[in-house]
Amino acid sequence: MSEEKSLPGTYLRERDLQSLPGIVEHRPDVKYLYSAGQAQSMFLRGLKDGRILGVRCMRCGRVYVPPRSYCEYCFAPTGDWVELSGEGEVHTAVVSYISTFRERLEKPEIVAVVKLYAPGYTNKDDEYEFAGMFHKLCGVGEDDVINGRVIGMRVKPRWRPPEERIGSVTDIECFEPVQS
Amino acid sequence: MTRAAIVSAGWYGFKPEVGDLSFREMMFEAALRAYAKVGVDPRKDVDAFISCQEDYWEGIAITDEFAPEPVGGVLRPTLTVTGDLIQCLGQAVMLVRTGYFDLVSIEAHAKPSDILTLKGVMDMALDPIYLRPLSPPNPHFLAGIMASSFLARTGLGREALALVVSKNKNAGLDNPRASHASPVTVGDVISADTVVDPLTRYDIAPFSDAAIVMLVGGEEAARKVTDTPVWIEGIGWATESGTGSLAYHSWDSMPSMKMAVEMAKGMAGLSGRPQSFASFAEVEDRYSFMELLALEEAGVADPIEGFRMLEAGDFDPNGFFPVNPSGGSLAAGVSFEVTGGFRVLEAYERLLALGGDLEPGLERALVVSWRGPPTRTSMSVILGV
Repeated sequence: MSEEKSLPGTYLRERDLQSLPGIVEHRPDVKYLYSAGQAQSMFLRGLKDGRILGVRCMRCGRVYVPPRSYCEYCFAPTGDWVELSGEGEVHTAVVSYISTFRERLEKPEIVAVVKLYAPGYTNKDDEYEFAGMFHKLCGVGEDDVINGRVIGMRVKPRWRPPEERIGSVTDIECFEPVQS
Repeated sequence: MTRAAIVSAGWYGFKPEVGDLSFREMMFEAALRAYAKVGVDPRKDVDAFISCQEDYWEGIAITDEFAPEPVGGVLRPTLTVTGDLIQCLGQAVMLVRTGYFDLVSIEAHAKPSDILTLKGVMDMALDPIYLRPLSPPNPHFLAGIMASSFLARTGLGREALALVVSKNKNAGLDNPRASHASPVTVGDVISADTVVDPLTRYDIAPFSDAAIVMLVGGEEAARKVTDTPVWIEGIGWATESGTGSLAYHSWDSMPSMKMAVEMAKGMAGLSGRPQSFASFAEVEDRYSFMELLALEEAGVADPIEGFRMLEAGDFDPNGFFPVNPSGGSLAAGVSFEVTGGFRVLEAYERLLALGGDLEPGLERALVVSWRGPPTRTSMSVILGV
């Protein structure tokens, strides 16, 4: 618990809590090394090279970004790889002012779902099916989100410099508006 | 009420490490094989999907949400069970017997190779107030206590356990899923260093990455998709006081195993020793002593008699009553919640392969499994053709 007092009263320190009979502390030692698998490994290698790769279902034509080895709708292995430009439009976005524990963040964070332009794929009848990425949005203000001005806005990835990329979704720093 | 049958099964992995596929890709590969064998399209033909998994094995909280996609269950009735694939099988049997579900897909997968701190993960299954602060040095200590108690009660010696290891490790040499099979001798086992007294590393089954998907159908649906249904004549499961009360357990026996077998026998309408109604058995053996204990709890033989039968070759793959002709977990490894399902898969495939060669009245297999340490949960299945 923070020693910093911002409210009146007597604050409990961590060791005070631990000394209470009936409280037993356990800090889990649980570590994993997740196998990304065939499809997502290809995706991560692409990110390291500054490319966004998707994969197409040969039956229904859906393009999966992030890629999958299978089409969850057709239950069939996916086929051809597709390179996307990275440009797309904001499908939805939100600005968050608090952490999980509802403490106010110093700087609000904006996250968005970006509908990517995928060659040869227009989404099916359902407007919620598209090649897309969930990521941070930068270069826009809180008001742009609150007023809905970001919806439909053309955006592109802001890549980290090549020497800083590690083959992770964080190789893209955020999505930012495309300047016309 | 309709009978339930296993109509198809698919698997993937059973290797110490499947590094090139994610757990979801392993699930998909197993599912693809299960469905393709009987021409079933899961998007149209399967009425419900059940996944057996446990968050800490996955390293993902609420891992239920990862279940539907790889098995064809998106936007379809899906449920998850925190338990072994046999517990999923029990749920599938119940769904089918309601009459509302014709075909049900069940799945379990395991990727032990993704876990860096297995002790830390297994510690999370221990009582946080009493046991975790003691920090037992490894996850096998419970099995060591059980093995010591079992040997003390029965008067059996190390050689009895070594004989189980040698039988199973050798039996697995013919099994493509038995990655840990090897021509181990009794001498090899006895002369190996003790890992957890009285067990050597040979007595403890290693881990394997694996996925299994099975299709379970009611009688009409089963006959529609296959000419070779394998009937789930009986199934049972039970949990003792659980891992929250380890100190109160009976260490030299496994009452939940006996209860599970009795439940399965009751459902199947069978009585007497399993060798009187089944032609072989796949039983718990992730620790060598567990095979003799499982045979005792299942009513096959008391430990002394079981050891004599073992010595006489009665439990060999070509013996009077083969026990773990697949090689069991000692040869194929432990794959978390897949493990009991592995025994069912082995029994299913062997029944199909033996087919008409089986003696009338013995066209059955008995499966007995444990959920592994630190649980006190056991399961049993009686399959018939």
